[in-house]
Parts: sequence; structure tokens; C-alpha cells
Amino acid sequence: MSVYLIRRLLQSVLVLFVMSLLVFAGVFAIGNPVDILINPQADQAEIARATAALGLDRPLWEQYWVFLEQAAQGNLGKSFAFNIPAIQLILERLPATLELATAAMLIAIVFGIPLGLWAGLKPDSIAGKAIMTGSILGFSLPTFWVGLILIMIFSAQLGWLPSSGRGPTVDVLGVPVSFLSREGLMHLAMPALNLALFKLSLIIRLTRAGTREALLQDYVKFARAKGLTDARVIGVHVLKNILIPIVTVMGLEFGSVIAFAIVTESVFAWPGMGKLLIESINVLDRPVIVAYLCIIVVLFILINLAVDLIYSLLDPRVRMADAG
Amino acid sequence: MRAEPISMPPEQTPLAHIASDFAHSRIALAGLAMLSLILLAAIFAPLISPQNPYDLAQLDVMDSRLPPGSASSDGQTHFWLGSDDQGRDMLSGIFYGMRISIGVGLASTLFGLAIGMSLGLVAAYFGGWVDTIIMRIVDIQLSFPAILIALVLLAVLGQGLDKIIIALVAVQWAYYARTVRSSALVERRREYIEAAASLALSPARIVFRHLLPNCLPPLIVVATVQVAAAIALEATLSFLGLGLPITEPSLGLLIANGFGYLMSGKYWISFFPGIALLLTIVSINLVADQLRDVLNPRLQK
Repeated sequence: MSVYLIRRLLQSVLVLFVMSLLVFAGVFAIGNPVDILINPQADQAEIARATAALGLDRPLWEQYWVFLEQAAQGNLGKSFAFNIPAIQLILERLPATLELATAAMLIAIVFGIPLGLWAGLKPDSIAGKAIMTGSILGFSLPTFWVGLILIMIFSAQLGWLPSSGRGPTVDVLGVPVSFLSREGLMHLAMPALNLALFKLSLIIRLTRAGTREALLQDYVKFARAKGLTDARVIGVHVLKNILIPIVTVMGLEFGSVIAFAIVTESVFAWPGMGKLLIESINVLDRPVIVAYLCIIVVLFILINLAVDLIYSLLDPRVRMADAG
Repeated sequence: MRAEPISMPPEQTPLAHIASDFAHSRIALAGLAMLSLILLAAIFAPLISPQNPYDLAQLDVMDSRLPPGSASSDGQTHFWLGSDDQGRDMLSGIFYGMRISIGVGLASTLFGLAIGMSLGLVAAYFGGWVDTIIMRIVDIQLSFPAILIALVLLAVLGQGLDKIIIALVAVQWAYYARTVRSSALVERRREYIEAAASLALSPARIVFRHLLPNCLPPLIVVATVQVAAAIALEATLSFLGLGLPITEPSLGLLIANGFGYLMSGKYWISFFPGIALLLTIVSINLVADQLRDVLNPRLQK
């Protein structure tokens, strides 16, 4: 087990290193941020001063080395545009993104499992087919497109929900959250639903497939033969068995929800770190781009590692295969 | 397609067999019809568009943001779907935009298919450390969402048609590599490969002439789905302002263009390109869904 853990950790560190190298080298290659940040009328000396102040006059490998050295100390450079540490800038935006992602996940789970169960229990009914058609649409429609339609219906036409921004926030244990006020909830509703749609479709499919498979198993037939009520057979026996893969997949998908928040945040002007990334790419704010990517890669590696470990704990076959 | 030749009528070729299987689903046929219309509109865009949306001389600022059905100020064109903020006819913009969107989707899928297929076949045929290295890269790449990888590449490469195709190819190749490898691993152990090897055919000949054709059906299905995914991803990236240049807008850029006018009730600038995008993606997916059933040997009677 510990050999497995160490090997996975080493592999993760390698991935992180390669990513940082690629991203740094790549991001360095695009445009010159001095052109964007400085007054166009500035003379040569002023440009040189700005370049030196940002550390852009040094050779590439030296910049990378400085970056690595500082990254090891938790310092990912200062944002060119805001002149505050990039990591601080991102961490300030993190609660908004996490709140959005969590709300989306909750919506996906709370609606996805019952709908999937229904579609799995009655696959040939009209409702069952409608649910599956809906989930195919949820899979194939681009997130931004759905967001646009939501805004068109609920903001422009009906005027029920605000089309952009985050409502007033309240500090809970030092973390600003917006879901505690009515105003905040109204701002949260559409972006969260938009972000949830893809995962909702995924959960519906997983639950449906799991249910259909479970219904054919002997334990379900046996439970029925024992004379248990349908509610108990489905609510306890079927649900318990299909939840394991669903929980695993959801764990894995949380990272991708955060990545997909980039689109939703841009559509609804939600002040999270995804919107920050797009803004930073547009103004070539390199330290913020690199810092965002480092943070998201670490997040992904941690999530994948955690899911791998849980898997190997639950399923001894995985451990055996890897030990050999 | 390893259907028993005896079970088929003698005059029916495999292609005709697939076609008649495909026609069993009415909704798939509707999807195919819609897709054909869209493709025709995209191919013949210059012939059927009321105006050339890229020719600035034809645009008049006086005509900007006109609602659907209005006539232009010189009375020559009729804006069936309205006009955008530069006085561009939305219908023409959509036809030309579909051209770019579908072109980008097809081109990136073909390149991605060529690269992913070759690497997947090589991994499956040679095995060992070649297989390990290729599939490890595939695993690592597929553990990150496609949009994140495309965003990173575009942030690095900058904007442009060639760059967005590169980004989409980089996103897609891993799916093909994984698909073709898993079917090639099964096919590799079959007798006909052994027979070909014992005839001392070159590895390249065995891989591409014997192994590849038998791995094609699942690959075709994945590629069809991926064309739709590539079109959707390109639209998303263009919507975020990271895809194509504004001078020759794809559907995603047209939508982004009208996004700012959504709240002021000028819905058509975003809505109609959005519908065009929706129809394109859904019709491709309908066709792909039926292809999956038709090409799956396990479902065949």
C-alpha cells in the first residue's frame, strides 16, 4: 500500500513539474505584457525600466528558476495588472467559485438521482424516455448556450432573476458566502443551474444504468420474494448498491465542475477565479495565468489521488494489480 | 462488420446493409436530413446568402440592429433574421459562420483522428514501453477536462484559425488513441493477424491494412460524436473571446457578439446563431447515436 502511495505521489509531482514547465515556457511565448500595461507614449527608458521591474529582462531559464524557487515558498509572482500577489488574487476569488461549484453539484445530485431512478425503473414510460432525451440534450448542448437561453428567459423576458454578478455576501467563519440571503440566492440560482446541467445528465445516466442492472440481480429478486415493499427494495437495497460508483464519479467530477465554471462565470459575470482567468488571458497577466493553472493542476492531482486511494481501499483487486 | 455472409441477401453490399439498418430509426433519419441541409447551406453559403457578411463595403451602419423581417435602408436586402451591430445580415452571417464552425470541427477531427489512430495502433501492436508511454500520456491528458487543455493551449498560442485547430486536435487525439488501442488489443490476438505475420508481411502493412480496418467501427462512432464536441468547444472558446478573430466570425463569435444586447431585448443577434449551433450539434449527435447501434456487432441479429 505505501509503495503504491509513494509511486502515485512521485508521479503526481512529475506531472506538476512538467505542467509548470510547459505552462511557463508557453505563457512566456505570448506577447509582451509591457506593451499592454504601459502608456503607449512611454519612451525607451521607461519601457526598459518597466521590463526590469517585472523581471522580464532576464533570460527565460532564470525567470523559470525564480518562479520555481518562489513557488516552493508559496509565492507565485505578482499580478502585472493588479500589483498584488497572484495567489492572493486567486484565493480571494476561490470562495465564489467553490460556492458555485458546490451549489451545482448539489442540484445535480438532488435532482439527478431521483430522475435517474425513475428512468431506470420505468425505462419505457413516457416520463422515462423524456428524462433520457433531456439528459442527451444536457450532454450535447454547450454550457454557454444554455446560460444564454436561461438569461433570455428568466432575465430578459420574465425579469425574475438577475442576469449577472453575485449578490451581497455574508462572512461565515471568515469566508464570504452569498447563499444566506434571498438576494444572494437569486443571483446564485441561474449560474448554479447552468453549471449543474452537464453533471445532472451524467448522474441521471449513471443512476439509470445502475438501477437497471441492479434490478436483475439476485439480491433484489430475493428481497422482493421476501415480501419487502417496493419502496424498501428500491430505497434501501438498490440505492445503496448504485451509490458507490455515483459517489466515486462525483468526486472525480468536482474538479471538472471547477474547470467548467470558467464558462458559466463568464456568461453570468460571476466574480470567481474562472472569470479572472479569462480576464488575465486577455490582458496577458502571466503570473495570474500560471498561478491559476498551478492551483487547478494541484487540485486535480489531489482529487485523482484521493479517488484512486479510496478505490484501492474499496476494491482489493486494484491493489493486487498494482503491487505485481 | 463481421456479419455472416450467408445471412445476407447476395446483392446487398455491407454499405447497403448499414444504410438499411440506419434507416430503421426515423429520428436518426430526420437528424441525417437536417445535417445534410446544414452541410449544403454551409457549402453553398456564398450562393444562397443575401449578402457577403465579410465584405465591409456591403455593410451599412444605418442597418445595424434591425429586428427580423425588416428591409435595409437602401431597400435592397431583406433581413429575415435581423441584423447585428455592424449592419450584417444575420442569415448570411449564420451561413458563413456554419462554414467556419463545421470546417473547424471536421478539420480538427480528421487531424486528431490521424494522430490518435496511429499512436493507438502503434501502442497496441508493439506493446511494452511504447504502449506504456503513449497510454500514460493519454491517461494524464484525459484526467483534465478538454476545455482546460484547450484554454491553456490558446493562452499560449494566441488566436487564429490554425491555432484553434491545433488546440482542438490536441484535445481530441487521446480519445481516438484510447478507442483504437482497446479494439486493436482484441483484434491483435486473432488468427488473421497471426496469419499475416507468418506470411512475413511488414509491421506497417499488418497494422494499416489488416488491423486498422477491423478497428474502424468504434472509431467512426467516436469521431462522429467528436465532430459535434469539437464544434461545441470551438463555439465556447470563441464565445470566451479566445478562438477566432472577429473579422470572420464563427457561430460562437456571432453569439458572443449579440450577448451584450440580450438584456435590451435585441434577442435575435444571439438567438438565431444559437439555434443554428444547436441544430448542428443535435443533428450530428442523432446520426452518431444511430451509427453506434448500427455499427455495434453485439447488437446485430
